[in-house]
Amino acid sequence: MAVAEAKRNAAEARLSALALPQGGWTGVARAEALARLRAMGLPGRRDEYWRYTDPATLVQAEAAHAALFDPQDEPMVFTSFDRVKVVFVDGVFDPAQSDDLEAAGVELLSRQTADIHWAQSLYGVLETRGQTPVQRPLAALNTAAATEGVLIRVTGKAAKPVSLIYLHKSETSDAILHHCVKLEEGAELTLLENGPAAARFNKVLEVEVADGARFHHIRTQGRDHERRAVTHIFARLGRESLFKSFTLTANGVLTRNEAVIELTGDDAVAHVAGAAVGDGDFHHDDTVFVTHAAERCESRQVFKKVLKNGAVGVFQGKILVKPGAQKTDGYQISQSLLLDDHSQFLAKPELEIYADDVKCSHGSTSGAIDETALYYLRSRGVPLRQAQSLLVLAFLAEAIQEIEDEALAEDIRSRLESWLARHGQ
Amino acid sequence: MTALETEDQIEVRDGVDRETIETVQAMAGKYKYGWETSIETEYAPKGLNEDIVRLISEKNGEPEWMLEWRLAAYRRWLQMEEPRWAMLNYPEIDYQDQYYYAKPKSMAVKPKSLDEVDPKLLATYEKLGIPLKEQMLLAGVEGADEPRKVAVDAVFDSVSVGTTFKEELKKAGVIFCSISEAIREYPDLVKKYLGSVVPQSDNFFATLNCAVFSDGSFVYIPEGTRCPMELSTYFRINAENTGQFERTLIVADKGSYVSYLEGCTAPKRDTHQLHAAVVEIVVLDDAEVKYSTVQNWYPGDEEGRGGIYNFVTKRADCRGARSKVMWTQVETGSAITWKYPSCILRGDDSQGEFYSIAIANNAQQADTGTKMVHLGKNTKSRIVSKGISAGRAQNTYRGLVSMHPKALNSRNYTQCDSLLIGDKCGAHTVPYIEVKNNSSRVEHEATTSKVDDDQLFYCRSRGMDEEEAVALVVNGFCKEVLQALPMEFAMEAQSLVAISLEGSVG
Repeated sequence: MAVAEAKRNAAEARLSALALPQGGWTGVARAEALARLRAMGLPGRRDEYWRYTDPATLVQAEAAHAALFDPQDEPMVFTSFDRVKVVFVDGVFDPAQSDDLEAAGVELLSRQTADIHWAQSLYGVLETRGQTPVQRPLAALNTAAATEGVLIRVTGKAAKPVSLIYLHKSETSDAILHHCVKLEEGAELTLLENGPAAARFNKVLEVEVADGARFHHIRTQGRDHERRAVTHIFARLGRESLFKSFTLTANGVLTRNEAVIELTGDDAVAHVAGAAVGDGDFHHDDTVFVTHAAERCESRQVFKKVLKNGAVGVFQGKILVKPGAQKTDGYQISQSLLLDDHSQFLAKPELEIYADDVKCSHGSTSGAIDETALYYLRSRGVPLRQAQSLLVLAFLAEAIQEIEDEALAEDIRSRLESWLARHGQ
Repeated sequence: MTALETEDQIEVRDGVDRETIETVQAMAGKYKYGWETSIETEYAPKGLNEDIVRLISEKNGEPEWMLEWRLAAYRRWLQMEEPRWAMLNYPEIDYQDQYYYAKPKSMAVKPKSLDEVDPKLLATYEKLGIPLKEQMLLAGVEGADEPRKVAVDAVFDSVSVGTTFKEELKKAGVIFCSISEAIREYPDLVKKYLGSVVPQSDNFFATLNCAVFSDGSFVYIPEGTRCPMELSTYFRINAENTGQFERTLIVADKGSYVSYLEGCTAPKRDTHQLHAAVVEIVVLDDAEVKYSTVQNWYPGDEEGRGGIYNFVTKRADCRGARSKVMWTQVETGSAITWKYPSCILRGDDSQGEFYSIAIANNAQQADTGTKMVHLGKNTKSRIVSKGISAGRAQNTYRGLVSMHPKALNSRNYTQCDSLLIGDKCGAHTVPYIEVKNNSSRVEHEATTSKVDDDQLFYCRSRGMDEEEAVALVVNGFCKEVLQALPMEFAMEAQSLVAISLEGSVG
């Protein structure tokens, strides 16, 4: 049992480097999360759930050094959109750069110190549900130790998207943010996220989508090359609700994005998509767990990765169909394009099905750029680099199509194009 | 010939008695191999310790090096933990509450020929539909409309009771005998290859097998030889509370070819029985091995009482360039199946194929699949897996496809389809895909669905009853795998599919 003990010791070492917030309406949830974490310990290389990603740098007591990026390196996204800006610098809220939060109905976790709050039904609650059947100790750590985050409750259709902007100014910053979003019946919200956040970033987003509500989430992670991040989305969906999340990841030494989606109301729809482009020292891990617990729900997982110069892409996806979740339509695709012989794609796409009247499928492929397609384009006079770039964009298109708003999708596309241009594709 | 003269009513055709097929059809719905032969059996004391390992080695008349090999495995096993990662739910196994050696008493002195074998034993194999006595029957009828021959090695509890066609195989240079005999007669070959594919330390169950395996089959096909007939092993667990641990080693030398069939059955009992086998295959340059299994161990009753716990390690090492191995399995039996026949594609241009039908009904649980490890250049692998779950059964496909950095221009195609019959069962897919170079292509597809209502309705409107209709649709679903089986097995497998699903509809 030496392994279990080492994991618990790692948790204690990590906790000793943190100042844990106490009391208030999150007090009970934090104490429980702390107990969970102490029992589980922090993940290690030998955990099956971390088979393809070494969690060492996410787990160690101090954040590893991460050089700041050159502002000329990459343009910011979403700049042309009318949005409510909420800016965090190294995990600390920056009122100067942010918009008027009160008017937009956005609350800050650090400012809500009363003993009772609406977000009590969410904070740490969905995270707890997400701890079975697979343990996610880094999420429990987040619930116990988060110092900041936003709390958003939406009724009706939100006037503007809420845009969370994460800036990175310190080379050793270690940020922990915890957001709660509650969409009441029939509500609609678009949540945008972008920026590198910190040298090391641990983020949890808990989202409750009530009956008939619609939630759109578009995020980009990148800019800084040396940053490390572990993020969790925990979502619970009501009847006829919709949840759509898209993530673009470029740069970063280590990124682990977990999405834990539970479809609890009949006829709900959940789409989770991701496009990742990596050049060199880049390890990107998408871990998705979709649970169908109601009838006639639809889920889609679309993950595409373009990798070169030794970049590593990981996909672990699961569709769990519980007994009675009849007429489920589950789809999962994970694909990688390896641009050279040094890159790797490691995948574990799983199905676990306990209902018979379902339609579930998954596919996974890996390979190089299609030589015949390249030849075709070149024979039409398209220069090699441009032809390659076209094929890479075409490969990623299926994931980007998951963004409903065409203007936002276009913004992501142009961001991708500029990345490809800078990285010689 | 006393034992065999009475058996002349049995018609031998294509390696499988007509009776086998007819019995299968007639006894649909029942586990037809559930009887027990009352044969006096000699047991070693219950439990496992070094003395038992020594005893097994001594009983087999093994040389010192073999005993040392076993003891090293046993000591290793004591340090190992039983793997629990499979999606299988079974109570703790008490390894000390098993007999590790059981031998029909009449075999205490090795019979020199089949004539001297206990008639009861032969009758047992007759009941199983295994034409052990083919050798005699065919002795005088060579030529004309001679049926295709299959050489059989039969393993009863822990001991190989007879191998047919030995002489004829010898003429071709093929060695086909029990592994205990091979250890005595061909120590150099055994020493060279035993444990070279599945090492002693491989996994908990394989290591246990290394320590206590009592018999099994050994095959050596010399260079450039096409084995003149199909080889076959039948395994039978008869004695109660006995684990069966057989070990099969197949070596296909350069440019050779062999097709190997394996079948297994056990009596009906209320208690679970343990089976932990190891199969090692070595395939050298340009050689090809086809390994087909129909696994029909007793699956337990509707309530999940009894049945075999089947923990099997099977692995083929395609060492040579252009070598090829093909695993085909029909898994219908066992309460628990834990089995991943694998291919190590080490030689350049080597090929591995895996075709599987796994049927789990009632309370059965199956966690099975394959590993394709691509190490050489231009290696190819293909996986077709069909899982069928009915009743309250759980059926998991677990597989690994790994493209190593040096396995340039390699190719894998994987297709895993699951069929669910009823809303109390489960079908799961757990593939691992690891690609470490970009000139290789890996494709994986998996689907899960239920028996198509339209197809059922069509069959029913043609006058079939519901069970027949389901059996037909399921056989259609499995077609690609059934086609990969040698003809002898394909027919039996088809009937087995129908039988295994008996009681799953309505």
